[in-house]
Amino acid sequence: MPQREPYDGPILEIEDLSISFFTRLREIPAVMDFSCRVMPGEAMGLVGESGCGKSTVALGVMQDLGVNGRIVGGSIKFKGQDLGQMTLEQLSKIRGSEIAMIYQEPMASLNPAMKIGKQLMEVPMIHEGVSEDEAYRRALEVVEDVKLPDPARMLNSYPHQLSGGQQQRIVIAMALMANPSLLILDEPTTALDVTVEAAVVELVKDLGKKYGTSMLFISHNLGLVLETCDRICVMYSGEAVETGSIEDVFDQMQHPYTQALFRSIPLPGADKNARPLIAIPGNFPLPHERPNGCNFGPRCDYFEAGRCDAGDIKMHEVQGVERHKTRCLRFEEIDWDAPLELAETKTKGEIGDVVLKMDNLKKYYEVAASALFGGGNKKVVKANETLSFEARESETLAIVGESGCGKSTFAKVLMGLETATEGSITLDNKSIGNTPIENRDTKTVADVQMVFQNPFDTLNPSMTVGSQIIRALEIFKVGKNTDERRQRMLELLDLVKLPRAFADRMPRQLSGGQKQRVGIARAFAGDARIVVADEPVSALDVSVQAAVTDLLMEIQRKNKTTLLFISHDLSIVRYLSDRVMVMYLGHVVELGTTEQVFQPPYHPYTEALLSAVPIADTSVEKKHVVLEGDIPSAMNPPSGCPFQTRCGWKDKVAGGLCEKEVPPVRILAEGHQVKCHLSDAELAAMEPVIKIAAE
Amino acid sequence: MGLFILKRLGLMLLTMLCLTFIVFWLTNLDAKLETLAKTQGSARMTDTEVQQWIANNGYDGSMIGRYGQWLGIVPGWTKEVRGEERGRCLEQGMTFADAPTYCGILQGDFGYSTVLRDDVSTIIKTRLTLTGKLMFWVMIVMVPMALIVGVLAGMREGSRTDRSLSVFSIVTTATPEYVSGVLFIFAVSAFGIKWLKGSAASAMDGLTFANFTLPVLTMALYGMGYIARMTRASMTEVMTAQYIRTARLKGVSFGNIVMKHALRNALIAPFTVIMLQFPWLLTGVVIVETLFNYKGFGWTLVQGASNNDIELLLSCSIVAVLVVLVTQLISDIGYVFLNPRIRVS
Amino acid sequence: MEPLSTAQIIWSMFIQFMPVWVALIITFAVSITFKRKLGLYGKLFDSPVGMVGLFLVLFWVFTAFLADMIATFHPIEDVISSMRRKAPGTAIPNPDDFGYSYFLLGGDILGRDVFSRMVMGSREVLKIAPAATLFAFMAGIILGLPAGYFAGKLDTILSFIANLVLSFPVILLFFLLVTPEIVNSGIPRYMAGLLFLFPIIFLVILLNSRYYTQPPLRNMLVGTVVVLGGWVYLGLAWDADPLGMITMQGNQLIVFISVVFVNSPTVFRIVRGMVLDIQTRDYVAAAQTRGEGPWYIMLWEILPNARGPLLVDFCLRIGYTTILLGTLGFFGLGVSPESSDWGSTINAGKGQISFAAHIAVPPAIALMTLVLGLNLLADGLREESLKD
Repeated sequence: MPQREPYDGPILEIEDLSISFFTRLREIPAVMDFSCRVMPGEAMGLVGESGCGKSTVALGVMQDLGVNGRIVGGSIKFKGQDLGQMTLEQLSKIRGSEIAMIYQEPMASLNPAMKIGKQLMEVPMIHEGVSEDEAYRRALEVVEDVKLPDPARMLNSYPHQLSGGQQQRIVIAMALMANPSLLILDEPTTALDVTVEAAVVELVKDLGKKYGTSMLFISHNLGLVLETCDRICVMYSGEAVETGSIEDVFDQMQHPYTQALFRSIPLPGADKNARPLIAIPGNFPLPHERPNGCNFGPRCDYFEAGRCDAGDIKMHEVQGVERHKTRCLRFEEIDWDAPLELAETKTKGEIGDVVLKMDNLKKYYEVAASALFGGGNKKVVKANETLSFEARESETLAIVGESGCGKSTFAKVLMGLETATEGSITLDNKSIGNTPIENRDTKTVADVQMVFQNPFDTLNPSMTVGSQIIRALEIFKVGKNTDERRQRMLELLDLVKLPRAFADRMPRQLSGGQKQRVGIARAFAGDARIVVADEPVSALDVSVQAAVTDLLMEIQRKNKTTLLFISHDLSIVRYLSDRVMVMYLGHVVELGTTEQVFQPPYHPYTEALLSAVPIADTSVEKKHVVLEGDIPSAMNPPSGCPFQTRCGWKDKVAGGLCEKEVPPVRILAEGHQVKCHLSDAELAAMEPVIKIAAE
Repeated sequence: MGLFILKRLGLMLLTMLCLTFIVFWLTNLDAKLETLAKTQGSARMTDTEVQQWIANNGYDGSMIGRYGQWLGIVPGWTKEVRGEERGRCLEQGMTFADAPTYCGILQGDFGYSTVLRDDVSTIIKTRLTLTGKLMFWVMIVMVPMALIVGVLAGMREGSRTDRSLSVFSIVTTATPEYVSGVLFIFAVSAFGIKWLKGSAASAMDGLTFANFTLPVLTMALYGMGYIARMTRASMTEVMTAQYIRTARLKGVSFGNIVMKHALRNALIAPFTVIMLQFPWLLTGVVIVETLFNYKGFGWTLVQGASNNDIELLLSCSIVAVLVVLVTQLISDIGYVFLNPRIRVS
Repeated sequence: MEPLSTAQIIWSMFIQFMPVWVALIITFAVSITFKRKLGLYGKLFDSPVGMVGLFLVLFWVFTAFLADMIATFHPIEDVISSMRRKAPGTAIPNPDDFGYSYFLLGGDILGRDVFSRMVMGSREVLKIAPAATLFAFMAGIILGLPAGYFAGKLDTILSFIANLVLSFPVILLFFLLVTPEIVNSGIPRYMAGLLFLFPIIFLVILLNSRYYTQPPLRNMLVGTVVVLGGWVYLGLAWDADPLGMITMQGNQLIVFISVVFVNSPTVFRIVRGMVLDIQTRDYVAAAQTRGEGPWYIMLWEILPNARGPLLVDFCLRIGYTTILLGTLGFFGLGVSPESSDWGSTINAGKGQISFAAHIAVPPAIALMTLVLGLNLLADGLREESLKD
């Protein structure tokens, strides 16, 4: 490793930075009046919703804004040198050696046609002109540092031969090859599964300490920033609105947006009925439609006309606190400790009879082993293994799991897009498990509907919103004629709280949250009784998530819908579900009421999941359970218990039973079942993962 | 991998059978045979004479049967006409006794050309050699030029180099050989350029710069634009890829980004295109050879087609289809080798 | 009379094309004024490449429509034997017998006006190329959609056939297919009988899958399509129009068929590829989960969202078809020897280039500019559609 001369001034100093993108029609300001300072060894978190300009700041630091982007004001100083004044040559020297960057998509940031070793070795060879052998030696060292197994083999493979988690570790290794002074991480874990994310975050933290690297950590996830950073800067619509140390900002916030953000995310203690989330009203302004004065003004509870919208607002120092600033005129007048005005508490819907029952459902696929050349040998993928549960009227059943756990397959079978290999699905005493959708009657089809994950994909881009809903009504035989259906469509728009004028809009004119609402309206077109919501809010911004979740809850209360809520986000699951089903590689590893699943005894996987989910609350103490390795492929599951390859409790079971036998389903309490070999005593001795520190 | 190639070969064989049968069928329609009889015999033959001629030359009998004979899996026809022993497998003056039973392509007998009055295999061999020379030079000119133009244009999307090279490529794709050939010959004669010839007839005896430049250029230009555009598209896509940004932010210089990081990825798509270009070059060959009086494979094909020379056409189509299929196979295999993401397990 | 000078020739041609200029100016003025309201078409006017392309294409489209006003002589019947191979701008000996006194671009081998033949030639090309491309698209779409959507055996078989056609050397196919014997044998009729069914099938399925929930409306729409389509179909494919209004000549039919035949496998492949891509979208899953039929999903959920790339390919393919038609003409296939289409005029003039280049060069340039226009237009469309 090259040793750098110690530098004790600020590593990165951004002052009044403004960045704009220029299109044919207009200049679009992406970042305005942004200042921040990163000291040696400090980790700075940059938080905001999509489109707030946080990634643009990072690219600005790298001086890599593309053809259309330009820095229109302010300066970026790295170790006292202005990056904007540097020649391309000087920049190339700094990039990769002094400043390194890690991106969101690990697969995309590695060259697919180059061996990993070569990509790593390139860095010291360019910057220090070291020999190939020396570079190789260093690459080996760094790959070991990022805790990858078998470094020599890793260096000799192509990116596609690695799993997502391994790829991200390689990207981190590449960034660390030159021992940079500043590491920029742009949503480094968003594309990864939660348990893998936890391990990567852990790694970044450790390495940051080990090498003494300063970090600029960009994320939309407040919990993640809490876990990794010392300081935080909250951005909204191109501006930094609040900046300070983690403790100050999390516990003594001085900006209404930060406050609203915290109130809209499900923290432990939030409850859908007693303490519902408070969504931020309105929408994120488009860059060219920003309001006068405070950008957050139109959505702010403390907005004062004539003052907040009068003119540009500067950052203000918060008195008495070091390096804590806010972009709010009224921060001194607002009573930040005022107790939350409870939005109306809602009465819990009465849980009714069993509507849906799955019994020993199995779904196996046969796939060709080699996709391209269609070789003869077929493999059986066991996507779902003996699934049994029931769901009742007005109940929310959460299905939790990471990629490859079989939750999508389960949804497909339920919807009738696939038929079950074995077992049965009963809807109101009618078996539907082996009836493909084309043979189901209209009523059944209308009863079971789905809300999809990706808002940008859920609506047909070439049809108006209204006509898509009307089409669903036609298919479900609702309404006698076009007029009646149109009327009903408008009512559905009312139901999902969208203006009626949206009926004639094209999907591209809608924001993500609005599209998701249309998706919900469409699902309820035939008065669906069971709705499968496949991660309906995971692709939405935090401030919108709450509103969409609330909407689902409200419709559920009104229509007594059974909601099957598929998610990997345990915070939101805890917030809204009545019962939880945890899946891993096609198996249901734990099933119980929300209280049962979130309290010990846990299944070891549930424990790891709970520990992995970052929580944006400084008062929460978490037990650290970091899982080794990646999720095995469903094509090639491990023998015995599916979780045994990563389980931290495995040595507590005698005789290597975990590797030999799939554990039986055990009933721990009324309605609480676990698939694990651990003895009752071991289970009973488990400690809770999340503790809320006594205040 | 072995299995994959075997499968492909089987598929190729099936394709060949289907295609040659279609050619066989189209050339052996009754009306086509009558035309053949009239061109071979005399234009004034009566209908009975035509039928007689058809029967005497073995064109009667079922189409499938004759196709089998051509393949060499059905015994060749034999017939006694006015005391003379005639048959598919009989050379001049042979008798039934000393002629082989089967004589089709499986036996290596490609038949006899009725219009060029020679063995088809000899014709194909000489003509194909001539066209091979043409193709060789076309490839030598076209491929490097196309790749260079494409890479230069795609390297910096939207730059002035990109715009002008792109327009150039579009213009060349919009100019088919019969247009550019005409314009070239016109230019050569209009400007009195002595060191270029508007005819390639003399090139059959010896290639010179003067007699071969225009045909090669004519063909290369039309094909070039397409490959160049593909290369450009592929290059621009690669240059906006995240891993190029990674490389840039790693401090790799622009030249090295293009050469080491972008090029291999960017050439995967054009490689397939170049390979698939071959079959389509055949049309160009026919046009250019006609236009420049170069009697190669394309010229032979025109001769065969306009005189309904059945066996010559069949062999021509075998060659043409073989070229197509082999290049497709090469393109698939090459794709696998160029692209590490796809490997046969 | 004195022959015209080069400048005079250019000026006279400019005057002759006056109707086209007027039409072009009106079109461009209107389009640029309302470009923000015209969607993708309007956006073309933001791209210089697209504008040039559109200009060239419209130039030839208007020329084809207004050819009677532009042409100075009849392209086939006005033969003046003393004007054989005469240079551009030569005055005709007997101007009183005709409406115009010069052969602006000279005379061809038989003594016909090259200029008029070039102008009229645009009609020959634009009569067939766009329609043939459209038919190729209908066939390609209707086969490509299910191949991609259902995959499996159907896909294997259709893809094999498509590859079969694609591996067939185009030029050989033309030589074998576009011959008088084949026309007389009636094969083109049968092939047309099959190919021309595709548009009708396409429309019927399209409407039925959308409106089957409203039987009266569906019956009316499908009925209209079947009656109108059937009428055109009978006329075009079987030359059996009961009203005797629609007919197509045998040799034109075979040209049309061969061009459609050569183009549709490529369209098939493109459509199939797009289906494989689009069918993974959630809105397709949404349609499936509400129990839509496969054809509705293919035609209303998938196809409209593939329209961008298909539109671009459509423009390119018209250009390619124009080149193919030129190739046919160049080899004298399927056209009458007198035909004024560009390919055959190039063919007729190719032997004379060294001493009478004016016979072959004008149609060559005409063909080139039209194809260039189409390619530029496609490029502009692609660029603008990506900017959303």
